[in-house]
Amino acid sequence: MSKAKTIAVLGAVSAAVAANATAALADGDQEKCFGVSLAGQNDCKAGPGTTCAGSSTVDYQGNAWKLVPAGTCETMEITDASGKMMKGSLTETEMNLPAS
Amino acid sequence: MLDTSPKSGPKKALPNSVGVGYKPQHYNDLMEDPGAVTWLEIHAENYMGDGGRPLAQLKHLSERFPISVHGVGLSIGGESQLDPEHLARLKKLVDWLNPAKFSEHLAWSTHDSQFLNDLLPLPYTNDTLARVTRHINEVQEFLGRKMLLENPSSYLAFAESTWSEPDFIREIARRTGCGLLLDVNNVFISATNLEFDPRAYIDAYPLELVEEFHLAGHDEDADELGRKLLIDSHGKPVDEPVWALFDYVVAKGGARPALVEWDNDVPEFPELEAEAAHATNHLAAASTRQVPA
Amino acid sequence: MNIDVKPKSSEVSQTAFRTAMLDPSTPAPEGLVNPDGLQAEKRFDVYRNNVAHSLATALAEGFPVLVKLLGEEFFRQMALVYLRIHPPSSQMMMHYGAAIPQFLVGFPGTVHLKYLPDVAKLELALRRAYHAGDSEAIDPVKLTALSQADLMDARLTLAPAVEILRSDFPALSIWEYNMQDGPSPVMSPEDILISRKGFDPIAQRLPMGGATFVEALLKGSTFGTALGLATSEVADFDLTITLGALFAGHAIIKIDRG
Repeated sequence: MSKAKTIAVLGAVSAAVAANATAALADGDQEKCFGVSLAGQNDCKAGPGTTCAGSSTVDYQGNAWKLVPAGTCETMEITDASGKMMKGSLTETEMNLPAS
Repeated sequence: MLDTSPKSGPKKALPNSVGVGYKPQHYNDLMEDPGAVTWLEIHAENYMGDGGRPLAQLKHLSERFPISVHGVGLSIGGESQLDPEHLARLKKLVDWLNPAKFSEHLAWSTHDSQFLNDLLPLPYTNDTLARVTRHINEVQEFLGRKMLLENPSSYLAFAESTWSEPDFIREIARRTGCGLLLDVNNVFISATNLEFDPRAYIDAYPLELVEEFHLAGHDEDADELGRKLLIDSHGKPVDEPVWALFDYVVAKGGARPALVEWDNDVPEFPELEAEAAHATNHLAAASTRQVPA
Repeated sequence: MNIDVKPKSSEVSQTAFRTAMLDPSTPAPEGLVNPDGLQAEKRFDVYRNNVAHSLATALAEGFPVLVKLLGEEFFRQMALVYLRIHPPSSQMMMHYGAAIPQFLVGFPGTVHLKYLPDVAKLELALRRAYHAGDSEAIDPVKLTALSQADLMDARLTLAPAVEILRSDFPALSIWEYNMQDGPSPVMSPEDILISRKGFDPIAQRLPMGGATFVEALLKGSTFGTALGLATSEVADFDLTITLGALFAGHAIIKIDRG
């Protein structure tokens, strides 16, 4: 490893440490778990009676799935590289997938 | 780091007063002013992660409150063998926490390695008796501690059953030496749904083996013929007839640690605490009426 | 209180119970009865509902951003399909839904939302981080105490919560847009570092090459090897930003000098 590179690496480490020391001062200790703490709890309650989820089947094969998403995927705008707004539900071709 | 060595010092026994099912959103309230709440019950499966806030909070709570560990996933009544991985996780938890009690349900929930996340009913037959006895023996031996068995809430019956539920539970306790957790709300639900007299159930039930009570709210629905069908929803205050049955139980068998469970539409802490205070009053009033055996 | 012994034909196996419970087009198994002794129907639906409702609710609580993206009703109906194909294999509901990302790829209602599986993977990783084993981060200053040779030979142990998610989409920006009122996402790939700061899971974007650097550390490579891999992938790999993310995420828990 060249000397210049070594200096760059140590400089990068020092810069990261310095930035971290500044950021740490700004930290609060507020809980930031975004619902994670309440996700996936086991309990021994029963669901709501006899008239919902479990007693009907939904056929989702082929064209039988009629529901369309109705959340933010319909309203969220994703900006492409050129700054153009696109609706969040756009398909693969419209989103111009990066080559992978 | 989760300290896996057994906790030193004596475990705190459950007092003959009222506890609540612990919900993480009540952590600060409980640590600041628990009011009528004197002990806590946790669902074992929620504390089987490797670390993080759930276990850290539980450790702090256990320094302040006696804790009862209530399993909801062991599938004691399952046709398949008990899941050794789940048993190992359970042992790790109870060895670490050294809780005052450990309880599970007379029910099944796992089959063909599928966990169905519900407490499913059992026929009361000699086959089931042998299987449940074997599983409880296995659990108590593996954990190195006594467990309590909770009576289920029933929506239907099995034509093949040859035992009544109180006799069935009494026989399991006789064969295994396990203690009992009497869920008074479950008795009332089953009595309504299966049309038997809840007091006759209590009269036939071995109250002397009970080490903990459960109380909870239920919902009301109806079957296809319009007959009342109660649902064990744990989503509202305890119903009046359940308090009356609780009074009957306590007057007959004496006070035990009593738990208020609230799992659906969980209220703010003050409402839960008020329900615990209500239970405390019932426990005190009914136990003074206790008839010496 | 013994009841007359019924013939064997009324026995209900748990296989029959489970199968009928998950398939509402199947009648309740014979031998399950109402208080009048007649075949149970609606009463069996209580169990069908309990199972479906509890699992669908667990999924909705576990994937709050998917719920926002798809809408509550759509998510719930989708969950009812998912839980019948993928009932839990573990008793721990905290990890339920691990197969959601691949399910979304093939599900007719979501097949066009190509970014969705990566958002689901991010939500799963945050949940895993929440429950991961505890650890204590090193003071970053310790790294500056090493000579360049020692630094290159050192191995950094990362916290149990640490994971890398490489997305062809702005998965974290989409998550932030929905969860924290973040700005509209910009269409570009994102490499994401998931870790836990104290008890709170956090996700951070890494600069190009950062995912390669962190993955090499996770595999136990030396600092020098990880840096070499990252710089051979991206000539102007930004080590400062990458280390900054690791420090901020409390991701480095041990330095072993080579």
